[in-house]
Amino acid sequence: MNLIGSSIRLSLVFMLVCGLLYNLVVTGIAQAVMPKQADGSLLLDEKQNVIGSALIGQTFTDLRYFQSRVSSIGYHAAGSGSGNYAPSNPDMLARTQASIEAWQKDNPDVPLSRLPLDLITNSGSGLDPHISPGAAEAQIPRISKLTGIPAEQLMAIVAEHTSGRELGFLGEPVVNVLELNLDLTKLMQ
Amino acid sequence: MFATLSIGVTLLLVLLLARPTGLYIAKAFQYETTRLDRWFGWIETPVLRLGGIRRDDQTWKQYALAVIVSSLVMILLVYLVFRTQAYLPLNPSHIANMEPTLAFNTAISFMTNTNLQHYSGESGLSYLSQMIAIVFLMFTGPAVGLSAAIALIRGLAGKPIGNFFIDLTRSITRIFLPVSFVMAIVFVALGVPQTLEPTVIAHTLSGEVQEIARGPVGSLLSIKQFGNNGGGFFGVNSAHPFENPGAVSNLLQIVLMMLLGTAIPFTYGKMVGNPKQGRVLFLSMTMLFIVLLGVSLSAENAGNPVLNAMGIQHEQGSMEGKEVRFGMVQSSFFSVVTTAFETGAVNTMHDTLTPLGGLVTISNMMLNTVFGSVGAGMMNVLMYVMIGVFLSGLMVGRTPEFLGKKIEGREMKLIAVTLLIQPMLILAPTAIALFAYPETISNPGFHGLTQALYEFTSSAANNGSGFEGLGDNTPFWNIATGIVMYLGRYFSVVTLLAVAGSLAAKKPVSETSGTFRTDNGLFAGVFLGTVLIVGALTFFPALVLGPVAEYLTLKP
Repeated sequence: MNLIGSSIRLSLVFMLVCGLLYNLVVTGIAQAVMPKQADGSLLLDEKQNVIGSALIGQTFTDLRYFQSRVSSIGYHAAGSGSGNYAPSNPDMLARTQASIEAWQKDNPDVPLSRLPLDLITNSGSGLDPHISPGAAEAQIPRISKLTGIPAEQLMAIVAEHTSGRELGFLGEPVVNVLELNLDLTKLMQ
Repeated sequence: MFATLSIGVTLLLVLLLARPTGLYIAKAFQYETTRLDRWFGWIETPVLRLGGIRRDDQTWKQYALAVIVSSLVMILLVYLVFRTQAYLPLNPSHIANMEPTLAFNTAISFMTNTNLQHYSGESGLSYLSQMIAIVFLMFTGPAVGLSAAIALIRGLAGKPIGNFFIDLTRSITRIFLPVSFVMAIVFVALGVPQTLEPTVIAHTLSGEVQEIARGPVGSLLSIKQFGNNGGGFFGVNSAHPFENPGAVSNLLQIVLMMLLGTAIPFTYGKMVGNPKQGRVLFLSMTMLFIVLLGVSLSAENAGNPVLNAMGIQHEQGSMEGKEVRFGMVQSSFFSVVTTAFETGAVNTMHDTLTPLGGLVTISNMMLNTVFGSVGAGMMNVLMYVMIGVFLSGLMVGRTPEFLGKKIEGREMKLIAVTLLIQPMLILAPTAIALFAYPETISNPGFHGLTQALYEFTSSAANNGSGFEGLGDNTPFWNIATGIVMYLGRYFSVVTLLAVAGSLAAKKPVSETSGTFRTDNGLFAGVFLGTVLIVGALTFFPALVLGPVAEYLTLKP
């Protein structure tokens, strides 16, 4: 029938145009003009090995480093996700309680009232590369004590890696944890 | 202050763009020769020739049949791609074939502009599937909705309904493709990946191995938002740093989501020859939107009382399930926009919203008239307009008239059936799920009911966001939501096109001083009243058992 024939033919044409051509043309232009972004904003070390992406967070278990936010997927960027805990979920409350206890043990010099909420909550993606500037500052006394680097020096690199609101008014001020820790590594040596 | 400023600037941008976009859409669908024919002829002529399409006017029945048949064809094509993706090229990360019920669900989900995702993009789809199945339907799905809405408006304006295949083609060539193309490039510039290379292996600072999934994300992202599709390349959608790297990309995504929904009332005003008809609807919906946004912002700002009582610094508002770069404000704003405009993209996990923040998102989808998605939203709004006209007619004891046509028994029967199907599609399967499959629900208590309710509301309204804690990739959820999404989309398209056909065939009645006007403030009140009364009567009990009960019991 004419209707079915036309439907099949037009669908295949659009599958080709919108599905294949559109995607490939955009990919071609993106790769030619801005390969760095198009490949995922990868960060390389001196030997050109990939150490991560500027946009993707990592886990830092060593207490001498700045810690990232809670991630139910342990920053495994082959996937993405969060615990999807409702505000009333008892498991979420237990997890937060445990985070608070761990914080108090590791950071005896910083009162709980200086611990910002973002550091002990699970991000949406489980890959959040950022923490709030307050969450970075709250970790300075611990890191200073463990590494011997003076607090002022740590304060300076935190300030250096703090990005203000985009265009001056959009979003929130953030600190990129991986980039901050890369600089911290240099100070440690 | 920054909250007000950033939201204000975004809304102002949309306000400035809405009317010109609406008028452009009206022009794009004119069958009389326009300049646009010359601009887009180079692509439209070969597409129509390859498709074997002639420019004949269709009756409403032919138009509706063309919608149904071509949608079924596309669902089938995409189903086949999902089932065989492991054998097809462009699969560098070696993704397996999709399981049948999941492929059924996913094909319907993207064809119906829902984009409910029971798979995770990183591990469930090859790059080829993301392109020729997902992105393909992300263009045609909204194009079908837009075409049907234009056909309905033509009928209301007393003109011939048009030709579905011409409308479908023009939606894509004149509206969706050009904007998506430009915005895809912009998104890549802002940090969104666009590559065919496989997952990259990183050796992290802590000496661990981190696999980082990536792919052709930018080209999917622009049409995802602009077409009110909402299905993410990655599992967590626009919360993923690759799918929404910063506040600027977030603003652009919000604007793209809002653009067509806010423009179409102006298209409608232009096509029926009375701009005030469109403006009244635009303003009414804007009022609903602002109120709901206010509720969400204040709830998310107050945060979770239980966490706040633990002694930590909580000026940030609720942060569980949110990203630091967006913060509470941009997350709450995004959640209201994505549900009002029935997109379904998320930049925060809706399951983790505070009870009242979650209530706003679910209310948006139940009302489905706070702008709504491309086309389908406007159709639903026009249905409520006709109900409002009918109720007013009953109150004054006159045969109701709308745009110079009498609304009589046949139209009202069609509308009443359409109105009844939505709660049926939401409440009946929610009850079945709670009764028969409680093990798939991850949160205990009242929130568990909300999870199931949200899933079916999102399916019926063709939104596609989810309370993602739900264990939804099971045959029951795949098949049940598949059916709900299909009926949620096509049932009303057919019945409302029937209304359009029926009205178009009637003789116009001349306007007198006794005619009930549909282009003034009084009618805005009638319209809002109708929407809210019908919505509240239908869904209030379910909302009380879910989010309202959770709110009342959430105490430190």
